[in-house]
Amino acid sequence: MGAGHAHRLHLPGDSPVHRLPPHCKLVAVLAFVLLVVATPRERMWAFGGYAVLLAAVALAARVPFGTVARRVVIEVPFVAFALLMPFIATGEKVTVLGLRLSEDGLWGAWNILAKGTLGVVASVLLAATTEPRMLLLGLERLRVPRLIVQIAGFMLRYGDVVAAELGRMRTARASRGFEARDVRATGVLAKSLGALFLRSYERGERVHLAMVSRGYDGRMPVLHDIGATPVQWTAAAALPLAASLVTLTAWMGA
Amino acid sequence: MTPSLDVRGLAYAYPDGTQALFGVDLTIGRGERVALLGPNGAGKTTLVLHLNGILHGGLGEVRVGGLAVDPGDRAALREVRRRVGIVFQDPDDQLFMPTVREDVAFGPANLGLRGAELDARVRSALDRVGMAHAADRPPQHLSFGQRRRVAVATVLAMEPEILVLDEPSSNLDPASRRELAEILLGLDVTVLMVTHDLPYAAELCPRSVILSGGVIAADAPTPDLLADAELLRAHRLELPFGFDPAAARR
Repeated sequence: MGAGHAHRLHLPGDSPVHRLPPHCKLVAVLAFVLLVVATPRERMWAFGGYAVLLAAVALAARVPFGTVARRVVIEVPFVAFALLMPFIATGEKVTVLGLRLSEDGLWGAWNILAKGTLGVVASVLLAATTEPRMLLLGLERLRVPRLIVQIAGFMLRYGDVVAAELGRMRTARASRGFEARDVRATGVLAKSLGALFLRSYERGERVHLAMVSRGYDGRMPVLHDIGATPVQWTAAAALPLAASLVTLTAWMGA
Repeated sequence: MTPSLDVRGLAYAYPDGTQALFGVDLTIGRGERVALLGPNGAGKTTLVLHLNGILHGGLGEVRVGGLAVDPGDRAALREVRRRVGIVFQDPDDQLFMPTVREDVAFGPANLGLRGAELDARVRSALDRVGMAHAADRPPQHLSFGQRRRVAVATVLAMEPEILVLDEPSSNLDPASRRELAEILLGLDVTVLMVTHDLPYAAELCPRSVILSGGVIAADAPTPDLLADAELLRAHRLELPFGFDPAAARR
């Protein structure tokens, strides 16, 4: 139950992108996203350029475009607001297909949509080519505070355990004739969530006990040392370097 | 020879006032396998958590291989936690690292082992429970029986003086239960096994003690103890239907 899906986002492979050390990829994606965000929204061609760069990465990583497209759907709830902007923003109005839309709002929507999508696609590619475990090692290597990395690691380990527990509670509710039919069901669901929280909390205490019993003193022992060669850093830098050329051109053209 | 475990006059009350232990005396010699039996609420878990100093502050004394458990002395406590290997009941509590190998390495790495020495320790611990093939798998992808075996390996990797197992047979199917028994019988280590599973105690432990009402109520060879129907009934212990304690005498 729930087991076997731990690496839902990861596509195992052996491409040059897969082989790059995780911290190099993390830095590359972060730099790329910053460059995209720093690009003036009026330079529409620049965003096309970024998209071409990401397509090149996807090709090199042998991640099918269809997979990327399916996963980009995750951004829909976040950009829904962007689609409202042309209707509710004030300022100059233009007529598009018989609708009177705000020009500012249109630019704003385009800005969020383009930059958001590029950022999501870059993250999807990172997740597809890097095991979650390696991402954590990369974060640790980049000196993200240990505590944060540990918390993320426990989420990774116990996500399935908690999901399975939730599943068992759902089965137990349904077996006794419960159906979430209308708003009156919220009370029951809220109590289930409360129970799940308590159970997870108690499990946390038991896990801590098991850790202390094996000599844990607040620091996780470092079991892996992942290093990166200058060649690997250079390879990872290809994406942000190419993107920075696009960004520079976009600014100089202004 | 120094006993593996020596508990004298151990008494403990939880902070809310509930008294769980009323003066426990228990000595386990090196290489012995002892079953700790007792009804729910008898104080079994409380006793176990005293063995490596997680609970403390009551009366009495615990010595592991001659070393006193003293929560004030950090270095000694670290050594005590190496010497006492507790395998908790739910392997999901015990296995918290992303892969089996890292989980088994957690304990010895906390003891300061690194590199080839650490790898060798992990490999030998996994070999002893027959799980070396799963070293790179995440624990959540293993069967329950396999996870329990890995949980045993995580403490074996610390080369403990005494292995403490909390309900080792719970939730195991009969085949996993037998496999675990074979592994435990093959280990050359002192064992204290907390259990309700009396046939399992008969199979694995020549000696049993009953903890009841916070004191050791009986301490005898397991077959004798299981043959005493009066004693078992007095402490809410029952043999499963059809089990003949005489069959346990071999």
